Amino acid sequence: MSRISTEEVKHVANLARLAVTEEEVEKFTQQLDKIISFAEQLNELDTENVEPTSHVLDMKNVMREDVPAKGLPREEVLKNAPEHENGQIKVPSIIE
Amino acid sequence: MSLFDQKLSTLQESLHKKEITVSDLVDESYKRIAQVEDKVQAFLTLDEERARQKAIELDQKLGTDDANGLLFGMPIGIKDNIVTRNLRTTAASKILENFDPIYDATVVQKLQAADSITIGKLNMDEFAMGSSTENSGFQKTKNPWNLETVPGGSSGGSAAAVAAGEVLFSLGSDTGGSIRQPASFCGVVGLKPTYGRVSRFGLIAFASSLDQIGPITRTVEDNAYLLQAISGLDAMDSTSANVDVPNFVQSLTGDVKGLKIAVPKEYLGEGVKEEVKQSVLDALKTLEKLGATWEEVSLPHSKYALATYYLLSSSEASANLARFDGVRYGYRSPNAENLMDLYKNTRAEGFGEEVKRRIMLGTFALSSGYYDAYYKKAQKVRTLIKQDFENIFAKYDVIVGPTTPTPAFKIGENTADPMTMYLNDILTIPVNLAGVPGISVPCGFSNGLPLGLQIIGKHFDESTVYRVAHAFEQATDFHKQKPQL
Repeated sequence: MSRISTEEVKHVANLARLAVTEEEVEKFTQQLDKIISFAEQLNELDTENVEPTSHVLDMKNVMREDVPAKGLPREEVLKNAPEHENGQIKVPSIIE
Repeated sequence: MSLFDQKLSTLQESLHKKEITVSDLVDESYKRIAQVEDKVQAFLTLDEERARQKAIELDQKLGTDDANGLLFGMPIGIKDNIVTRNLRTTAASKILENFDPIYDATVVQKLQAADSITIGKLNMDEFAMGSSTENSGFQKTKNPWNLETVPGGSSGGSAAAVAAGEVLFSLGSDTGGSIRQPASFCGVVGLKPTYGRVSRFGLIAFASSLDQIGPITRTVEDNAYLLQAISGLDAMDSTSANVDVPNFVQSLTGDVKGLKIAVPKEYLGEGVKEEVKQSVLDALKTLEKLGATWEEVSLPHSKYALATYYLLSSSEASANLARFDGVRYGYRSPNAENLMDLYKNTRAEGFGEEVKRRIMLGTFALSSGYYDAYYKKAQKVRTLIKQDFENIFAKYDVIVGPTTPTPAFKIGENTADPMTMYLNDILTIPVNLAGVPGISVPCGFSNGLPLGLQIIGKHFDESTVYRVAHAFEQATDFHKQKPQL
């Protein structure tokens, strides 16, 4: 049985904001199915009482001094923007 | 004979005696690049004009007290996922093809403070996702030992450039083996530091809980110098560790008497080629002669590391790569009527296939209904893998095994099935999951292709890792051999 359907792949592609062709959907369905079924070997392990590790070092809530600093100059920020106008980044219309 | 056949300390001595100049060293780099780069294709961008200018400035400092930078005058290459101000940085992705960073990564600032000279930016798998550098959006780097084979990856350009003598040394990054595996394939020395040892500020993020920047060099001693220069706490990276940075070079005593080595049976098991096993067993004999002892141990959760890694690293990548949306920087699709299309088409046109596959896997593993079954499960198994290492390090000083199951493979050999490519990293991935340091040093050859010995240490104990690697290196001559190009 397939672990992931073409419909789910399309849903995930939408969540990931990736345009996909029908051909890619087919390929990703097969490949992800294979990778996910490989990953399911983790179910062999009983992890009921195991704490998850999100970070290997024992540190939390790292703070720095709250000192005001200058922001980036506008020209620098806009230097890599694909399109800008009047000192602002331009995008296509958001509301139809 | 190349100037880069000499180590950093010898070169600096020659500089101070005025036998050579910094300009000679920079010349050496660009001359070699002119000779071999069409075959090796390690560089994505060169910075020749500024490098030569900097060399002239440094040459003026020679003979004064200002010529005391730790890396004074040394030509370095930088992996192209480390941002360099006003020097194109692409992460080998079309989506960043024309990206011109407005700041320097912390490691780059440190290199400048140490007076090294940046020669150029090095090719890699796109966003560091891959094990062969074949996933670069721009070019395929070749292994200098055999141009039909891959240099490894993802820091393939960084390892190949050092092996080919194009730079004295380089920086790479390692998320699941991306420094150690190419170092092994190219017959050079590559270290992944302890997670938190080196600031990640300015490293284009792949999997933030695993990524570390580290040095690739010809010798262990040079590796220690380069790590010294880039290590330390950084206010700009809250995951960088507030621990002392020891003098790594001082740890290279050559003495490994009484050292206790653990050799995990899982690292010499199925899938590991016979000649690779043999080279590790020979290396253990060498270390025994030097006074170390070794015993076989077990890291019982090793077989689960690969699945754990792909779930966690892809999940983190799917979040990190959300920033590439065609709005503030990078490629923007011309085929978009509205904002949603702009996001989707920009990403579809800008990312390569492997990157998309991992974004898809990560998004799936984090999506509603699957999060506990995949992502959280993998985080729990990560704890078990980390505990495996803690158990061994309670009794032993280092863990030793091969860096990779096989020597370098042919270009195109593993591209058809993503899973076969992933298997390359089974011996390096657990080290990232546990956050401990690991090095690869040359330990033999198979059909003219280099093999690497992996030495793994305790958290923040790079000193012991270096001491063992250096003692082994000094007792062997694998590191003295060079590819014929």
